[in-house]
This record gives sequence, C-alpha cells and structure tokens, in this order.
Amino acid sequence: MRPFTRLSAVAAPIDLPNVDTDRIIPARFLRKPRATPGYAGFLFHDVRFDADGSERPEFVLNQAPYRGAHILVVAENFGCGSSREMAVWVLEAYGVRSVIAPSLGDIFHQNCYKNGLLPVILPAAAVAGLRRQLHARPGTALAVDLETQTVTDPDGVAHPFEVDPFRKQALLTGQDEIALTLSQEAAIAAFERRQRTEMGWLVAGSPAS
Amino acid sequence: MPQTMFEKIWSRHVVAEGPGGHVLLYIDRHLLHEGSTSAFGRLAAQGRRVRRPELSFATTDHYLLTAPGAVAADPEIRGMVENLTRHTARQGIVHFDVGDARRGIVHVIGPEQGLTLPGITLVCGDSHTATHGAFGALAFGIGSSEVEHVLATQALWQKKPRTMRVAVEGRLGPGVTAKDVILTIIATIGAGGGVGHAIEYAGEAIRAMSMDERMTVCNMSIEAGARTGMVAPDTTTFAYVEGKPFAPTGAAWAQALAAWTALPSDPGATFDREVALAAGEIAPTVTWGTSPQDALPVTARVPDPGAIADVARRESMTRALAYMGLAPGTPLTDVTVDRVFIGSCTNSRLDDLRAAARVVRGRRALVPAWVVPGSGLIRRAAEAEGLDRVFVEAGFEWREAGCSMCVGMNGETAREGERVASTSNRNFEGRQGKGARTHLMSPAMAAAAAVTGRLTDVRTL
Repeated sequence: MRPFTRLSAVAAPIDLPNVDTDRIIPARFLRKPRATPGYAGFLFHDVRFDADGSERPEFVLNQAPYRGAHILVVAENFGCGSSREMAVWVLEAYGVRSVIAPSLGDIFHQNCYKNGLLPVILPAAAVAGLRRQLHARPGTALAVDLETQTVTDPDGVAHPFEVDPFRKQALLTGQDEIALTLSQEAAIAAFERRQRTEMGWLVAGSPAS
Repeated sequence: MPQTMFEKIWSRHVVAEGPGGHVLLYIDRHLLHEGSTSAFGRLAAQGRRVRRPELSFATTDHYLLTAPGAVAADPEIRGMVENLTRHTARQGIVHFDVGDARRGIVHVIGPEQGLTLPGITLVCGDSHTATHGAFGALAFGIGSSEVEHVLATQALWQKKPRTMRVAVEGRLGPGVTAKDVILTIIATIGAGGGVGHAIEYAGEAIRAMSMDERMTVCNMSIEAGARTGMVAPDTTTFAYVEGKPFAPTGAAWAQALAAWTALPSDPGATFDREVALAAGEIAPTVTWGTSPQDALPVTARVPDPGAIADVARRESMTRALAYMGLAPGTPLTDVTVDRVFIGSCTNSRLDDLRAAARVVRGRRALVPAWVVPGSGLIRRAAEAEGLDRVFVEAGFEWREAGCSMCVGMNGETAREGERVASTSNRNFEGRQGKGARTHLMSPAMAAAAAVTGRLTDVRTL
C-alpha cells in the first residue's frame, strides 16, 4: 500500500449529501479490471459526462481550476451504499489521495484506509467552511498532514482532526495489514482451539447432502 | 454488568487486542460471490493461501443472467462467473454454482442452507450482509481488501461500533409489512443516522415477524448507514434453523440451543442510542426520491422543497425530484409506473412471493413486470404452490434466481427515464440503470403497482 504522510494540493468541493458509491462508479464498470486504460474516466461517470461522452460543464471536476484535484471536500455520508471498493480505486486512479468529510459511509471509510487514501473527519461546520473557501477561491490548495493531524485551509488556519492510531500507523508506513495479522497466527490458532470446545456446535454442522 | 447481544457476540470473538481500540475479530462464516474474485487473484499473487476454506461458501448471483437458460453474450460478464468457479475449485471452497438448485442470492442462501446461525460472526463482500443479523448473528459487509484479509487470516481488525436499539412497539396494521417498517425507520433516523452503529431491532412488531420479514428489516440497515443490524433469536429463529442442511444436529443442536438462548440482550443493558416507533402509525410506504430515506406513506403527496428551511436539504430534494421527474404536491398514487421488479436480497423469499401473488391473483399486469426468486430452492417451492402460474397468467415474467435488476451488474437494467416500482433496497440515481427512476416498496405494493400501472395503496385493492 502506498503510504500517506502529507499532501498539499488542489481540492474540489462536493456539496451534495449522501453521495453513494453507485454514483462514484456505476455498476456497469465494476467488471472492468483496475488496470483498464482510462479507468479514471469511470469516476462519477454519469454525472460527469453526457451520453455522447462530452463533459458536463456544471460538474466540479470538469471546471478548469478543480480539474485533477487530489483532495475532495464533501458532505455528510459520502460513500454510502454499496461496498464496492472500486469506488476507492477509481478515486485513486483519478489522483484523489484524501477525502475530507463530516461523515463517511462505514465500508467506504474502511476501504480508503486499505488503499492509502486518507479519510479526514471534521465537524460539519468546519467542512462546510472549507467548501465555501474552495468555492470562493477556485483552485486553491489545502494541506493535509497526517503526522500532525491537521488540515490547513487557504487562510492558513489549521483544523486538527482525530485519526485512529492503528490506522494512522498503517497509512504512514504503507503497512501490509495481512502480513501484520499473519504474525498473530499463534493467537488465531489458540482462539480456534478454544472455540472448538466452547462453540462445538458451530463446527459440528455439515451438509446433509 | 448487563450486556447487549452485540457485546456478547463481539467479546466472544476477540482474538487479540490492537492499538486504538481495534481488536482482531474472528470470522466464523465468509460468504463469497462473483465480485469476490479479484481478492482471490491478489491473494494468489502474494503467494498466500486460504486459511480455512471450509468456513467460506460461494454462490453465483450478481453477474448471472436471470432469463431462464440464458448465457451472457458479454465476455466480461461470462468471465466474472467463470472466475469464481475456477478460484473456488482451486481453493476447495463449497460453491453453489450454475445448475445447482441451491444457488441463489448470497443473503438468501446463507440462511436457507443453515450457514447463518445465531451467535456467529459472518461477513461478505456485499453491503447487505446485515441480512444475516436477523438470526442474532453479527454480520456486516466488507470491501474487497477485507475479503482478501479474511481469506488469508479468517479474522478482521475492527473497531467496536456504538450500539442503537430501534424498538417498534405495538402491532402492524393490515397491508403493512416489514418493508414498510424498515423504510419508515430509515426515513426517521436518516440515511446517515446509523453510521458507526450496530442496531438491534426490538419490540412487539419485530417479535411477531417471521424470519423472512426480520431479514427484510435487517437487510436495509446499511441504508441507514449502520454497520450491522440484528434481532434477538427466539423460538421463531430456532424453528427456522432446525433441520437446515448445514445446521447442527443431535447433541450439537442441544448445545447450540443452550448457547443461543443466552444471546439476547440482558434486562437493563444500555444502548448508546434508543429510537422508538409506534407500529400502528406505520402505513404502506414508498420512496419518492433518490435516497432510501426519501420515504413517505403512499397516501402522502410528493414533498415541496420550497417548504424546507435547510439550504443543502432543499437543493438535494430539488435535484432528486428533477431526476425522478416529479412535481411537488402530486399525490403519490397519481404517479404512473413503467416497470415492476419483484426480487433482490431484500424481498425475494417465499413469504415475499406469496404476498405479491395474493395481490396478483385474478388480475393482469399493465406494465412489464418481473419476478426474480432469491434462490433455486425458493423458485422450486413457489412452483410447488403454483405461484409461478399466478404470475405468468397475470403477464409477469417468472425468472431464475439472482440479483438482477436490483443492481444491474449483469446488464438487466431499466431504460433511461423508466419509472420502476421495485422491491429492492436502493433508489440511488442510476442504480437500476442509467437514468432509471426507482420507487422502493413492499412486494404487495409492487404487485399492486403492476396491476394498476401506478403507485397504489394495496389496502384499497
């Protein structure tokens, strides 16, 4: 996994609440391999492009100052709905490395950590303030620093955020989580031995035919 | 100290403690489908093996076509189906594959096969996994990286969610179903109201429900943003599980019953949040917008964004109504539909098909209407009762089991601008096809919409 330490980059505001993962990447693209040329073009496809493939000028990422943004500042419950990890893959393919939100869909939130994207949760008023700043000064940068746990806005004001120490460490080092868990093999095996006794009914079941 | 059911199951499955309140949680059952195949590929690329293949079970549901006997023309769709067969065979994982009557929607067949049991942890790379919580299991949806993690380790690093109890007290009125209950709950707490929470559904109305109905309620927990949803196991649960193919038998059954009886939340257990609804106030419900929280009694009118003070909410409602092609103030029962879909992991079980057939019997569908049973076994059971003939004689299409038009991954979608009365779980923009307009409702209400051609209060038929 690609580590995340700090990032200073153009940020794009998305004001609509409850942006679901179907909108981030429509179902018909889910069977496309991640290595497909032009994968980033599937991002927000049906709100970003017209039927003939031309860009919709009203969509934020089609506006010159926000094009190629590496940070999204979004509204509540962004990434709700389907568990499709492709929603994170397609953001990553476009170049997005951090999503700043008042709240995120739980599965999307976890999927971000697994792919080196930093999800930042800030109070709703602070996030709305950031979006207003980005609208007022299109193309301005935000600075996101995981080590100091701060988002610095265009006025130089630092907004501190909470991040779980377990996830922080993994992001900073780009840790392979499966390797970490496999190092717990003795504990897993001990759990399984205990479970065979205490929950014998669970392993007793077998298909009748 | 009194414990909630969630806490009992959680603490029983902690393998190790990690930093920041994370625990390594053991996973008893892992369900797989065609969407899980990229995880197998990455696992193999790392030279890792499936740690406990006998605890994973696979089925083909998301990508398979549901027209009887149809084979996908699209090579990518065919590839998704074939990949799962190849990977599960290589790893020695039981796979309910094409041609097996036990094949069906992953959240339908888990319970049907007795793989879903009270007190267990169960995960699947699908957001509707909370369905299995209806049995008093801790069941939640995960992403593809987590699927790979479970295959390799049979465990997951998890942070404990907060708890919420949603109590539905009193009795449901005639024509009011589990779907109306969960849509009303989501409308009450909001599409993000459950984020970070494990919900326990309780109260007289939930206790009175069949397992099929409890699964409908738990299934849509994710539409309120919740990590999981669950119902305490009781005699209804035990009667359902007993005799299922993979369920414990003999002495193990007696041991299981003793363990399961101790699962419900202790008297005095506290929840981080409590929500109460009166069952008697819940009406047959339909959605009007593009989020499952946009739900109202079918007797209501399309809401007016102009009456909403909050700017963001007003703009989001305006956008939703423009997408849905609806004018504020229109009675919902004046809204005509172009297509009807009865199916999905929310509402494709035998109880659902029976409820729809009761409305359809002796009537005629005025618009194209599909019935997609949740599994091959449900299809067979429905045919044994003659339900297929009721649907076919009324002009419905009686199809093979699968996810079909709920998610449209297999290409079965509505056309642009078409308005669909659907028993599925999501009315998101483009969910049932680019530009398709979805109204969510119960199977009986969808059947009523099919035979009248409009959103209809099933109580008036």
